[in-house]
Amino acid sequence: MTKYRINKTRFVDQTKTVSFTFDGKKYHGFEGDTLASALLSNGIHLIGRSFKYHRPRGIMSCGSEEPNAICQINDNTDLTEPNVRATEIELYEGLKASSQNCWPSLNFDIGGINNFISPFIPAGFYYKTFMWPKSFWKKIYEPLIRLSAGLGKSPTQPDPDIYDHKHEHCDVLVIGGGISGIISAKIAAKNNLKTILIEDKNILGGSTIYQNNKNFIIDNQKSNEWLMNEISELEKLDNLIIKTRTSLAAFHSYNYLLAKENISDHLPLDKKNSSIRQRLWKIRADKVIVAAGAIERPLIFNNNDRPGIILANSVKKYLDFYGVSTGLNNIIFTNNDSAYETAVSLFEKGISVKIVDIRKKSSSNIVKNAEDLGIKIYWNSTVVNTFGYKKIKSIEIMNLSEDGSNVTGNKHKIQCDCLSISGGWTPMVHMHTQSGGKLDFREIDQVFVPTEKCENHINVGSCNGDFELEEIVKNTNYKVKKFLNINEGGFDKISVLCSKESEKKNIWLLPNTISESKTKSFIDFQNDSTAKDIKLALREGFKSIEHVKRYTTTGMATDQGKLSNMHALGIIADTAGVKMGTLGTTTFRPPFTPLTFGAIVGRSVGKFFDIVRKTSIHEWHVQNNAKFENVGQWKRPWYYPINNENLHEAVQRESKAARDSAGILDASTLGKIDIQGSDASEFLNRVYTNAWSKLGIGKCRYGLMLNEDGMVYDDGVTTRLGENHYLMTTTTGGAANVLSKLEDYLQTEWPELDVYLTSVTDHYSTASICGPNSKKILNKLFPNKDFSDEAFPHMSYQDAIIDKIECRIMRISFTGELSYEINVESKYGKSLWENCIAAGEEYKITPYGTETMHLLRAEKGFIIVGQDTDGTMTPIDLQMDWIVSKKKYDFIGKRSLYRSDTMREDRKQLVGLLTDDPNEILEEGAQIVSELDKKPVEMIGHVTSSYFSPNLNKSIALAVVKGGKKMNGQKLFVPMENKNINVTVSDFIFFDKENKRINA
Amino acid sequence: MFVINCPYCGERDQSEFSCGGEAHIVRPKQPTELSDDEWAEYLFMRKNIKGVQFERWNHAHGCRKWFNMVRDTSNDKIHAVYKMGEEPPVI
Ligand SMILES: [Zn+2]
Repeated sequence: MTKYRINKTRFVDQTKTVSFTFDGKKYHGFEGDTLASALLSNGIHLIGRSFKYHRPRGIMSCGSEEPNAICQINDNTDLTEPNVRATEIELYEGLKASSQNCWPSLNFDIGGINNFISPFIPAGFYYKTFMWPKSFWKKIYEPLIRLSAGLGKSPTQPDPDIYDHKHEHCDVLVIGGGISGIISAKIAAKNNLKTILIEDKNILGGSTIYQNNKNFIIDNQKSNEWLMNEISELEKLDNLIIKTRTSLAAFHSYNYLLAKENISDHLPLDKKNSSIRQRLWKIRADKVIVAAGAIERPLIFNNNDRPGIILANSVKKYLDFYGVSTGLNNIIFTNNDSAYETAVSLFEKGISVKIVDIRKKSSSNIVKNAEDLGIKIYWNSTVVNTFGYKKIKSIEIMNLSEDGSNVTGNKHKIQCDCLSISGGWTPMVHMHTQSGGKLDFREIDQVFVPTEKCENHINVGSCNGDFELEEIVKNTNYKVKKFLNINEGGFDKISVLCSKESEKKNIWLLPNTISESKTKSFIDFQNDSTAKDIKLALREGFKSIEHVKRYTTTGMATDQGKLSNMHALGIIADTAGVKMGTLGTTTFRPPFTPLTFGAIVGRSVGKFFDIVRKTSIHEWHVQNNAKFENVGQWKRPWYYPINNENLHEAVQRESKAARDSAGILDASTLGKIDIQGSDASEFLNRVYTNAWSKLGIGKCRYGLMLNEDGMVYDDGVTTRLGENHYLMTTTTGGAANVLSKLEDYLQTEWPELDVYLTSVTDHYSTASICGPNSKKILNKLFPNKDFSDEAFPHMSYQDAIIDKIECRIMRISFTGELSYEINVESKYGKSLWENCIAAGEEYKITPYGTETMHLLRAEKGFIIVGQDTDGTMTPIDLQMDWIVSKKKYDFIGKRSLYRSDTMREDRKQLVGLLTDDPNEILEEGAQIVSELDKKPVEMIGHVTSSYFSPNLNKSIALAVVKGGKKMNGQKLFVPMENKNINVTVSDFIFFDKENKRINA
Repeated sequence: MFVINCPYCGERDQSEFSCGGEAHIVRPKQPTELSDDEWAEYLFMRKNIKGVQFERWNHAHGCRKWFNMVRDTSNDKIHAVYKMGEEPPVI
């Protein structure tokens, strides 16, 4: 045993040694230790440096509230994990931890100089100083701040661990496995309710499990022994699930809760790899019982941050739970009775202990117990200073004045190697408020407690403001029975004896002889904000607690101000002379403790990040060397390079082939909606801008769909399959939204229409064959069919059979070429495609991808919704007036086309752009100006589509330009980084203006 | 994350639904006869109040039906759900 491991307990197995390293040096602890208890057992207190002043900091607590002892875990830079609290990590064989925020080393830290220049870095320092001169920010201030700031290092490689998500439902969820949680879970489970009990530590019992003080007796047993029996009985209950190492992350409305279970973090390195690391539980509970406990408050006095200054109850836990003494010469500094339990424990283990108490007296049993043992108590006293740079060595105390606002008498110096502090207790109301619960302020002991007005959750135990053992047990029993509507809880006849506190006193900021400006009384230890920072913020006019918090950064570190928020509020209230209850609190936001990104995303990583949709022809594209483009969730062939062709070369070849002979495109991804019903024609009339009533059966028509604001929303060809039957196509990316929009109108605005919509996008595969030889290829594929212009004209459809498979052939064109789209059931898509390729072989049929499709349609000036439009373009802006029916009384968006704003002549309008140098290709998104010398430069539009056209042998572009309709022939400029490109506005139909090729 | 009682399917998790904004805004029957201001009132003006609000919701990953909901935005309490076309309840 080491010098500081002075006690044997049932919680740490001292027969099982565990070795670990801290800052490269090897140490030993035992199974059951945390990193913090193992370090303390080796006499190590100094763990890190503070954020702003780089002051030495040590372990201050034993739980998730720890502000100082945050470590970097794992020395492998690929997989290292920063900001892990030493108090929360269970020791395992091979653990490698190191301190953070110190450079070059923990013991010699250059940033420590900030401590000595600290009068010059008050609250808001960064905001004030680094504003000027402006040019200094990027080159000098920011790199310097980045070098000295920061909390640990991020890993450089993807996280190799597996994370899991799981849904769970239960009747009752109990949060917290302390005494009140255990009582609650037992009452619920014994009454046939499916109950889950979650506890963030590895064992149940909270702080009562190591409460061996003789003043705390339940049913004639010491409270810890009574509780151990209860736990072993609890573990036998069938309908109770106990989840240890599971911490609540968030408590959302409707009792939806997220809890993170640590599955392998505590395992030795060689056993971790095969296991899931963490699991995020998504729990929907009928009723929730919050038994989250309370956190001990520090006291705020000068130099209250030295290593060796530890919360009193944590000192007790290290001693009675882990068997570790935090020092051999201990002083307790308190304002309440609970710290006396620590004093008695220390005394009983033979450790020297003295008590400094700001109260004038206390007559409770536990205080009497300490006095009877002969422990020296300095009543009505306060610590005014502490000494010792890397570890506390001594303190100075003084008497308090009558009203506690000042100090009197002489300074008295006392030697020590540990100062245990207790400023009372703060109920953990985070869960309650996260779920929407409100708080009341309780004057007598200055705590915020939950109000009772909640339907589906209650708070029990110390998180509800019940601090004494008797009221914890009895109130929990009473409240849970009432909440669950149960008559007999099993705890009705319980007898509880405990020490009861009658004298209470609280001073948020303890007085001192030296002026405030020369003291460092830390409130937020992790962010280094002090009492004087808060007062400065108030002097500078910040009044709201939320503003003070942000200005001073109090409560904004990784510990979320668990220790600091109440003191900040208290000091604001005292300074401003208002009642604390009127200030309100800052908002408690989830997560309660930091969550790993891994736990948040779970299995949704890599190929599971999003759904991938592939057409039935996909395999052929892969075998034929296609490069793919993501369009929504679809993988679409982008281009098919031959040999070493790049994108440009492949697209030039494909585009030329499609116009010279034949090309084939996989058009299966286009959205398809089957529309049926006696009002289908009327419905189309209302959703498209053009007229549909007179479209003959077997005919196709292009339609443009607007939003109610008049802006183009989607487009596509719709075919009339029968009297009351249409097949609508939409853009690939817009399919789902179009269906939703149509359903919305049908259900809410026009429920009288007899129309049925079915998404059939995935039901059909489509091969689109275009080019002057396409008709010959169709003739080969369908020898019995007449493809003459008379029998099968442009914009019409016919049924056909290929290989005994029914198909629909639409003669429609998005390229301006003679073109046919063959649709078959998806499962036959690949076979159809292969037939087409075989039939087209003699015409060198060329598969082309989306890039060539875009180029071909740009030559023809056909828009792509979402590329040439952006939700601010009306059909008039697109010069598509021809498709807007003047006769129809109404359609979606019609009225908006006559708003004064949509009728402005200087709106951005679609135009063609030709570069003066025909080989110069504009960049899509490039901005367009009319005057180069005008300052500031006025942007009058931007390029939406741009290609080099192999069929025209020059570069072409589509653009939107303010007032562009009337600018044909006008010279404009596209300024780029190194040059200005001269362009001329042109017609946006560049190729085959007369539409001759459609019928070629 | 609410539990929403779809009038057609029963209680389901909020992740199955999407919210469509304020309810009971009827598309004018004769839009062409409205002034710009009247049309803009229909098109753009939506309340977003703290308190009891009438909203449209869609069971997008379920029956795909639209329905109405009365929700208190200050505490997310759902007071009522009812089908499209039904009279709003008095809250
Ligand atoms: Zn439904």
